[in-house]
Amino acid sequence: MPITIEIPTAFRRFTEGAPKVDSAAATVADALNDLTAKFPALARHVRDEQGQIRQFLNVYLNEEDIRFLGGESCALKEGDRVLLVPSIAGGSF
Amino acid sequence: MSTHYQLRCRECSKLWGNAPRSFCEDCFSPLEVAYDYDALRKIAHREALASRSFNMWRYSEFLPLPDDFTPASAVGGTPLVRSRKLAERWGLQNLYIKNDAVCFPSLSFKDRVVATALAAARRFQFTTVGCSSTGNLANAVAAQAAQQGLKACVFIPADLEPAKVLNTAVYGARIVRIDGNYDHVNRLCAQIADRFQWGLVNVNLRPYYSEGSKTHGFEIAEQLGWALPDNVVVPMAGGSLITKIAKAFRELVELGWVEPKPVKFFGAQATGCSPISDGVKRHLQRFEPQKPNTIARSLAIGNPADGSFAIKQIRDSGGWADDISDPEIVDAIKLLAETEGIFTETAGGVTAGVTQKLVAQNRIKPHETTVVCITGNGLKTTDAIAADFPLSQAIAPRLEAFEAYLDAQLNPGVAQPAIAGAS
Repeated sequence: MPITIEIPTAFRRFTEGAPKVDSAAATVADALNDLTAKFPALARHVRDEQGQIRQFLNVYLNEEDIRFLGGESCALKEGDRVLLVPSIAGGSF
Repeated sequence: MSTHYQLRCRECSKLWGNAPRSFCEDCFSPLEVAYDYDALRKIAHREALASRSFNMWRYSEFLPLPDDFTPASAVGGTPLVRSRKLAERWGLQNLYIKNDAVCFPSLSFKDRVVATALAAARRFQFTTVGCSSTGNLANAVAAQAAQQGLKACVFIPADLEPAKVLNTAVYGARIVRIDGNYDHVNRLCAQIADRFQWGLVNVNLRPYYSEGSKTHGFEIAEQLGWALPDNVVVPMAGGSLITKIAKAFRELVELGWVEPKPVKFFGAQATGCSPISDGVKRHLQRFEPQKPNTIARSLAIGNPADGSFAIKQIRDSGGWADDISDPEIVDAIKLLAETEGIFTETAGGVTAGVTQKLVAQNRIKPHETTVVCITGNGLKTTDAIAADFPLSQAIAPRLEAFEAYLDAQLNPGVAQPAIAGAS
């Protein structure tokens, strides 16, 4: 079941410039593992020393932050998009 | 002057010079502006302030401004009000209200951050600026961009208060309403900044933007007679302001402008969106994001970018964070208006109401000097309290009609003859 992982510009130097990577992963965790297996230099930017997704990297499944979907174990279905977005702005105060 | 600051990663400390970027490309952690304090000490002198107007630019050396920078307008310089009636109500002896409800030009503290962000935008030669916003920031971007001849495009959640939308539209800014909450808008803006060459003040210009918040803290210290308070109570949305007030105080100590003193930082949130106060109260290392549901929409950020830094700042200072319900927010807006003559928006109700709670918990002590940071104006969120103030019946412009009105007011249980309406 093909899904797409969308890569932010800052990560693309680790993905040979690719803005998107296809995967057949069944969960978000598997998709991230696929990605970092394919591009090992990216691994330390995705997960910290404890294996957790880095604090300042937000991961979305389609429109939703995966933390609202039970975390990275959430299941993927065909056509899903996994987005990696570095945490940047807080808007208000 | 530009050589005394540059961007530095908050986590790995790598230096990045000055550029429109907000995160470290090595470890993807946030960047902030770091200063060479030895160099700053040589160019910043407290005595020089005597000849400067009372606005945020009097602290220019402490801000990341380009060498040839000339302020476009007098932003900041808001009152620090010594509270009497509210202090008496709460049993406090030294209570102050820092009133950014009257910040120029758009009536919130966001004018300060936009002022430094647009200085950076012009330096980096952006012609279009924008932001993701819960309202106040969009107002500030639109107003200052109009004055400086920059194009503005702002992104807001579709359900924002009408007054905040109007207060952006009137300046000629393009408004893109997003069918989602602030966190959705924010994510989209991160992607837009990645794709387009726009100066998004709280995305790729964020390090420069957030430095403007320090001037709220500089003013507090100067208005207290170059002294630090014991306690500061700060509203939290993204969590940046509380960390920047702390940075301002640290810098004043570093340069010897104020005596060192422990300051407790207290954070205020609405219970309907309280990821940071929840993190403090449950002693979490990482906050847990929430889906916002509160009338305090300017604080409705469920995934606060600076949340972890805010939690650390609060914890390290010996302070605390708390949150209040929507009805308590409305009560606190009315209390501040009735006691101090200050009409604040819902975020200010949150701050005032949480302060009341902290006093009741004895976390804020009567003799201590406490500053409550009011960051926005009540005229922007009238919808939140309108139901509490129904219009009274109109009376005819005749003395006998007024006498009948007075009788009705003084004897509400007694049936009165009908008052003739004005023709």
